[in-house]
Amino acid sequence: MTTVDSRTGSTWLDLVLRFRALGLIVALVALVGVTTALNPRFLSGQSVRDLLFAAAVTLLLACGMTVVVLTRGIDLSVGSVLGLSAYVTGSALSATGMPTVFALPLGLAVGAACGTLNGAIIHFGRVPPLVATLGTLYVLRGVVYFAAGGSRINASDLPPGFLDFGSGDVLGVPYLFAVSVLVLAAVGVFLGRYRAGRDLYALGSNPEAARLAGVPAGRRLMTAYVLSGALAGLGGVLYAARFGTVDASAGYGMELDVVAAVVVGGVAIFGGSGTTLGAGLGALLLTVIDNALPVLRIDQFWQQAIVGALILAAIALDRLVSVRAARALRRKGSHV
Amino acid sequence: MSDDARLGEARPSERESTGKPPARALPAGPAGDAGLRLREAARALATWDFGVVAVTVGFLVVASMTVEHFGTARNAGYIILDLAPILLLALTMTLIVTTGEIDLSVASTVGLTSAAMGVMWNGGMALETIMPVAVLLGAALGAVNGLFVTGFGLPSLAVTIGTLALYRGLAYVLLGDTAVADWPRLFTGWTLGRIGDSAIPNVLVPMAVLAVICGVLLHATPVGRSIYAAGANPIAASYAGIAVGRLKFWLYVASGAMAGLVGVLWTLRYSSARADNAAGLELTVIAVVLLGGVSIFGGKGALPGVLAAVVLLVSVQNALRLAHVSTEALTVVTGSLLIVAVLAPNALGALRTALRRRRTTATGRTA
Repeated sequence: MTTVDSRTGSTWLDLVLRFRALGLIVALVALVGVTTALNPRFLSGQSVRDLLFAAAVTLLLACGMTVVVLTRGIDLSVGSVLGLSAYVTGSALSATGMPTVFALPLGLAVGAACGTLNGAIIHFGRVPPLVATLGTLYVLRGVVYFAAGGSRINASDLPPGFLDFGSGDVLGVPYLFAVSVLVLAAVGVFLGRYRAGRDLYALGSNPEAARLAGVPAGRRLMTAYVLSGALAGLGGVLYAARFGTVDASAGYGMELDVVAAVVVGGVAIFGGSGTTLGAGLGALLLTVIDNALPVLRIDQFWQQAIVGALILAAIALDRLVSVRAARALRRKGSHV
Repeated sequence: MSDDARLGEARPSERESTGKPPARALPAGPAGDAGLRLREAARALATWDFGVVAVTVGFLVVASMTVEHFGTARNAGYIILDLAPILLLALTMTLIVTTGEIDLSVASTVGLTSAAMGVMWNGGMALETIMPVAVLLGAALGAVNGLFVTGFGLPSLAVTIGTLALYRGLAYVLLGDTAVADWPRLFTGWTLGRIGDSAIPNVLVPMAVLAVICGVLLHATPVGRSIYAAGANPIAASYAGIAVGRLKFWLYVASGAMAGLVGVLWTLRYSSARADNAAGLELTVIAVVLLGGVSIFGGKGALPGVLAAVVLLVSVQNALRLAHVSTEALTVVTGSLLIVAVLAPNALGALRTALRRRRTTATGRTA
């Protein structure tokens, strides 16, 4: 108690945030421990590899979603952007014989274009992010359906080098997961250490104050949405590489999982607080739950209900923590 | 700049929400009075609401002339059947969005009540008991939302994304991917049936009754005024003695009960209780509410616009289907309408402010 009171406000918040990441790690370890105790094969090499494969794409998208949610926004279009990028990249590789190296930049570019569209509607059209990205969720999915029709891209159409990238690993860590973690770290550093990143926090916690303090709100919002779009585009490339087959429904409904991962990871839905580390841990936790259910012989149908319950628990916990933090700060204020 | 635009928008909405005629008693001569009244009337007609109604009527007329089979009484009956669930959910959604909150869990509530109906029916309960129980279940699920939002003070967007997943998940837990389809003909027949020999579907009756109740509640009672007040400025509203929390809680209960009712209708209409019933319908409901001119920030909007938007969306989809346009076009149309519905009033508001500014400077110069 006294140790907490002697700290400054920012360290207190730091502690809470670190505690949140700690809580997620404890939950992860406990879940993995229980599952492994019941079935030792859960921690076998192949099973862990499968898990990391499954987590890679959600992790990447959760990273972009964090950036947007920090600014009090939301990007519901990520599933559709992923689908569009996966389809465009897949057909470019199979139809034009484009070298595999260009797949990543192409996916990033498709995603960034979609993100620019979102950002422009939100910033210039002054449309709330929820509405704008709900709209582009529909529109972009419609575009994918138009482009793909009933056709699908099969693994046999894709260059072997691309598929090797999708299934290969280095020291047991799949390339895809490695890419996601690198992006997560880079975005984490951007948010934590760079001026533009700190501006996003400022915009999220108090938009008016941030504007008055000279934060270029429009440009920062555009950055956030373009980044989220670009990462969803990159996710599309990873998706195509991992599965080898892409049809018009790629990434359908994925936005819910990503929002869930971010919220469970302690990123406040009303902006201004959260880290990519938390979001990444949230994504990992949801994937582990998904993979542990069959091992624990729990009906797969419970998965979605558990996700829902976790979201509610996470936001209720955040509320509790912020109320306590506010009370602690006020108490400290009265001493001065 | 943004404040100016907001003021510009607030003006006409104030007028439409009070429902008073735009004409003002001004001490002017008869000729000037008439001219002023005409201009006022014209301006009142240039609201978003009226625009949606006009576009809807225009579309219906054009489509019945150009699209084969669109204008038949039979097709009108199909359109009414198709729009029933969207319209019913949009009624309570309008009330909730007007208070500045949102309920994304409605379609999942429909799915869960439908799945629960299947379980109760398999358990041998009578349908006469199942139906009210399903509505009550919906109300209880809505109360959970309301408790999280008003009791714990959590953001409704996050809460209802959570319950969207939770309720749909529980529906799957109840029924898995099986369907309960042996519903009695007497009831399923009623949901598809028509009144007497006319082409009017039976479901139009409860729809009309509930629409009138919600319309009167929102536009002609103190509760309705409280809803606008709570949405426009919750703090001012609570200082004015409105129990904002309690109001929102009961709206969530109403939204849940409505979703329960839609669950009953959906199950009987398609004669199938499934966990994935009405999946994704929440997006369509939000789309029509916003298209109908309700502000996502609350405090603004009116039911007639929403009703017109429901008719517009469903009949556009119907016409596209009749014209053999691919169903993919529907998703693009819905999404674009959703964005335009919010973008256009913003653009109009900015335009109107610009015009007004020019007009005031012009009169200032002449005076």
